This record gives sequence, structure tokens and C-alpha cells, in this order.
Amino acid sequence: MGLDVNAKKMMKNAFRVSKVRGETASRVRIPGGLIDAKSLAKVTEIAEKYGNGNIFITNRQGIEIPGIKWEDVDAVKEELQSIIDAIGTNQVDDETGYPASGTRNVVACPGARLCPFGCYDTTEFAHKMEDVIFPNNRHVKIAFTGCSNDCGKVRMDDIGVMGMTEPQYDPDRCIACEQCVKWCKKRSVGALSMVNGKVYRDPDLCIGCGVCVHYCPTRAWTRSKEHYFRVVLLGRTGKVNPRLAEDFAKWLDEDSILKMGHNLYAYIEDYISKDAPNGKEHVGYIVDRTGFETFYKYLMKDVTPGPKAEIATTMYWGGKRYDRSNNLK
Amino acid sequence: MGFVMNQEEFSKTIENLSKNYRLYAPVIKKGEGRCLDEDIVRYDFVTKAEEIELELKSDYSFKEILLPLSETLFFFTENETKVADKNTSDVLVFLRSCDLHGLRRLDDMYLRNGKEKDFFYSRIREHVQFVLIGCPHSYKDCFCVDMGANKIDEGYVFTIEPKGDGFASEIKDDDFTKYFVGQSEHVKVSYVTENETKVNVPNNVPLSIYKSDFWREYDARCIACGRCTIVCPTCTCFTMQDTFYDPNGKVGERRRVNASCMIDGYTNVAGGGEYRKPHGQRMRFKVLHKIKDYKARFGYNMCVGCGRCDMVCPEYISFSTLINKLDDQIKKEAE
Repeated sequence: MGLDVNAKKMMKNAFRVSKVRGETASRVRIPGGLIDAKSLAKVTEIAEKYGNGNIFITNRQGIEIPGIKWEDVDAVKEELQSIIDAIGTNQVDDETGYPASGTRNVVACPGARLCPFGCYDTTEFAHKMEDVIFPNNRHVKIAFTGCSNDCGKVRMDDIGVMGMTEPQYDPDRCIACEQCVKWCKKRSVGALSMVNGKVYRDPDLCIGCGVCVHYCPTRAWTRSKEHYFRVVLLGRTGKVNPRLAEDFAKWLDEDSILKMGHNLYAYIEDYISKDAPNGKEHVGYIVDRTGFETFYKYLMKDVTPGPKAEIATTMYWGGKRYDRSNNLK
Repeated sequence: MGFVMNQEEFSKTIENLSKNYRLYAPVIKKGEGRCLDEDIVRYDFVTKAEEIELELKSDYSFKEILLPLSETLFFFTENETKVADKNTSDVLVFLRSCDLHGLRRLDDMYLRNGKEKDFFYSRIREHVQFVLIGCPHSYKDCFCVDMGANKIDEGYVFTIEPKGDGFASEIKDDDFTKYFVGQSEHVKVSYVTENETKVNVPNNVPLSIYKSDFWREYDARCIACGRCTIVCPTCTCFTMQDTFYDPNGKVGERRRVNASCMIDGYTNVAGGGEYRKPHGQRMRFKVLHKIKDYKARFGYNMCVGCGRCDMVCPEYISFSTLINKLDDQIKKEAE
């Protein structure tokens, strides 16, 4: 009997078609990029038992176990269960592996769990977003980064979230050592200046990175109790028009962003190209077609941003247009 | 003579004290550290017992009440000046033995170092009394025992420390007995007799050490942030700011702000000179001031071994380790 595999179904089940005939690779979701050591040991076990002993670390903080025989897929799904349970990934039925693969792993830099500059718990937020958007077969990429430094490279994603803190200044604790001014200039945007022996923060220029808070020796600068976020939209790589995500909102709150994640899918359902290959189309290309206003209406449905939030009313993206020119100049 | 109090009685005692004194004590400041959700313990005024942090070691010292980080001294017009108002009602400061030893350094520097007492220091100092927080155990980075600052017998009105589910106070000044609610008992304040961290402070520091390559290590390691001096209960340096109001530039105010020998600008002179630019030289200046130069003037070491500088250094430079390395170096160079 010949090897008959429903390749399309398998792809949606997070088993890719390998270039090696007869083999697949199992993709493990790790939202937020944090995996417990036991689950990682399980990955190793699967790779040694069913794979070829190697493990790919993916660009999106997932894992791909190559060299798995198509015949072993059911056995691998059983083995994956403990990982799915430990990470808490949404699933339809036990021991059926991952119910979807279109919506990509939610990426996060280590954020405030590890990094001194992290403005929020990126892993936790990534998990909350994962809960909202997974399982889903639509091709969506969402990423979280702890601060404006964007180590998470969220500008390559459909929704990129960067942590912000609104620096709180207590002039009575300020000794005018000017380290905040110096470091804001060296490591950030130079939003601070000295006025009459105290520090002035230009609220328009400040990107909420928290460098001033970090370098203040007296605690004159402290973090805001509220966590704020910058949201950048519709960055992408790819063949036609790779581009960085552009700023959509700043000083936004967590709830609004989770709602936006949810709303994004309603927009895709209504406007995705009817002949998109495998029902996958980068949402950015859909917006290129419908225009920003339609997209905005869907995205912001039932979203009530906090009083500090600033939202863009129009957006433009750049990037190379390979469909128009492949010239180097 | 003393009192043992349960939580409720302690609260009542603090309430009684609050009626006549402003209470200045270590307080947990939620989320006010550098990193997200990082708490710090620093001094502030309190009115309730539960605000006072008696367990954790404070990240910043009590000195801010006597040497405010930033203090307006006076206002000036074209022809006149007016001394800035100050709340000079009586204060009780809650501090540990190391800090109370630190107070002697501040007093010597501001009251007994020259002919005149410092006016602005004095006007606060005269209204401040101290409550000794007992130390039933040593903390990480403490080296008070080797600096002789682990124990103190005078300079406070009563003591306070957690004991079992409640608190215990030894009364030093009987005038304070009237504020206490609780069981009258014989109480002796706890103090530390041994620290995990030991330091060998060199007795004789030869002049040659000033030129030693020993300090070069800190040229690269130290970022000159000055956090070690800001948290230090014995650092007393300040600088002045004259600010002129806008748009009327003929009036303004003079402020005194903390200064640090570790931070840029401290040794700047007219013409653009800077005497200690390499961070290792700043480190040398600070370290030798703490364990040599101050002693040459006042007869005892400046450092009290609270170890806050070790706790706060972002580059993990340990002052106590440095002292021991310096001692080794001096011995090595003597051979």
C-alpha cells in the first residue's frame, strides 16, 4: 500500500512537508519563548525517538523536530501532549497535536522576567494573546518586546507590541547629576534637558523606554504604576513588499491590545482574497487593498483606549516594491 | 526597662508618638526600584506602625532628613535674601546601629569641622532624635562588626525590634515611657556580633598606593553612577545651584544638592580641567576617604560597614571585597 498523507491537513496540524520524501517535521509552539525544562527534555526525547536527533530552533521562538516518518505522526502527537499541557496551549482534543498552524507562534523577548529594562511581563502578555488568537488558521504574526529597544523585532510582525513606562519625576529627589540626560541622549532619544537645575522631559519626544529610571541614582525617576504600550502594525518580510511595521498607537493599555488581536481576525475573514493560496494572505496585503479606514473600523471595534492613549488616524507604509522594480538603486 | 508589645499595642504606641513627633522611618516603596515591580526600602515620614519597615534592610540611608537630596537654602532678589522655610517640628528617626554610627560622621562634618556650625544642618539636627532599630541578625553585605558599628549604647531615646509576633522596646530616655502601650518588661536591644562578610581594614596605607595600578581595574569596571555614595550614610558632599527665575532673571533661589565624587563634574574646574577623570581614580579617592583620609582628620574610620554600596552597585563592585584586596595589595607591595 502506498504512503497516502493528507498533506494540507497535516500542515494545519503543524506537521510540515519536508523536502525529504517520506518525512515530516513537528512544530512545537512556545508562546512568549519560555519553555519549562521538562518540556524541552520531552522535545529532545521525541527528536531522538522519532526524529533524526536534531532540533531546529525557529525564527519565531518555536521548535521544529525534523526527520519524523509520516507513519509516526500519531505517536508523536501523543508524545507532544505533555508539552501542550505544560505550556497551556489551546487544543480541541487531547493527543491530536496542534489544532492549527496558520497563526504563528507569539514571540516575546525575555522582558521584565529577566531584562532590567523590560517594561512589562512579555511572556505573560504573549500567553494572554495566544489565548485570544489560537487556534486559528489565518496567517497572523504577533510579537511582544519589553521596551522601545525592540529586541523582539516586533516591527516585522502584523501586530508588534512594545512596552512603555511613563517616567515619574520627583524634583525633590533630584541632585542634577544629569545622568538621565546623558543616558537618554546616548541610549535613547534625548528627550531630557536641564532647566534651572532640574530635569525637563519633553513628553512628545519621550518614548517611555525607562532609561532615565534605570540610571537615576536617587530614585528621583521611577516607573509609572500603569504599564503602557506602543503598537506598531503590519510589518512583514516576504517576496513582494517587505516593510517595517509603522506606529499605530502609543501609551495604549493591555485590554485594548488584546481586543485588537481578536478584531484582526474578523477583518481577515471579511476581506481576505477569495483565492488566497491555502486561505493564507498576509493581512498587510489585505489592508493595501481595502484601505486603512476599513481596517481601522474593524480593528478598533469595542476598543476603548485609556485617557493617555494616542492613536494614529492615517498610516502609510514603505519598503521595497519588488513587484515594481528589482533594481538596486 | 522596656516594653513588649503586640501588633495592636505597637500601633497605639506609634499613634501616641505621632501626636508629638514626625516619624521618619524605613518604608517599602512599591515599584520604585529601577526594574519593573522592584520595591525599594527608603526613608520617609510615616504616621502608622504598619508603614514602618523593621525587617528589611533599607536601600537608602536615613541621612536624607539631615542632608536633603535637594534643599532650597534661600531666595534672593536684587538686594535681599530670605532663608527658605523649614518644618522644624520634632522628629524621631528610626535607624539601625550602623546608621547611628553614621550620624557621628555627619555631625562631625557639619557641626565640628571648622569654626561655624552649618546653619542649615543645625536647624534640622536640633529637632531630631533617634530610635534604634535592633538587629537580631546580620544582613547580606553587612560588615558592621569589623567597622565597629554593630553596637551603640547612646544617642537614642528607645529601641525597637520585632520579637515573636510583636515588638520589643528598650527605653533609654524615660520621658518616652508615657507613649508606650504594652507589657512592661526588661528588654535589651539585639545587635549583631558576627557578619558573613569580613573586612581587613589596612592600618597603614602607604602613599605609594595612590600611584598603584591597583585602581586601574575600576577604570573599566566602574560606570561612575555614584549610587554607592548616594546610599552611603556617611557621604556628606554637596554642591550648589543658583537658579534664576524665568522671565524675571533678577530673582531666584540657591539650592544645596547632594554631590558625589564618583559622578562626572565633581572635580571640574574653570578652564575645562577635570582632576579625576578615570573612574579608577574616583574609586581610589572614595575608598581612601572612607578608610584613611577621614581617619587622619577625625581619628576614626568613616565607613560604618552597612554594605549598602555593595547592594546597589550595578556593576557588582563590592566595597568590602575591594578593602580586602587593597589590604592584600599593600602587604604585597611592602614585601
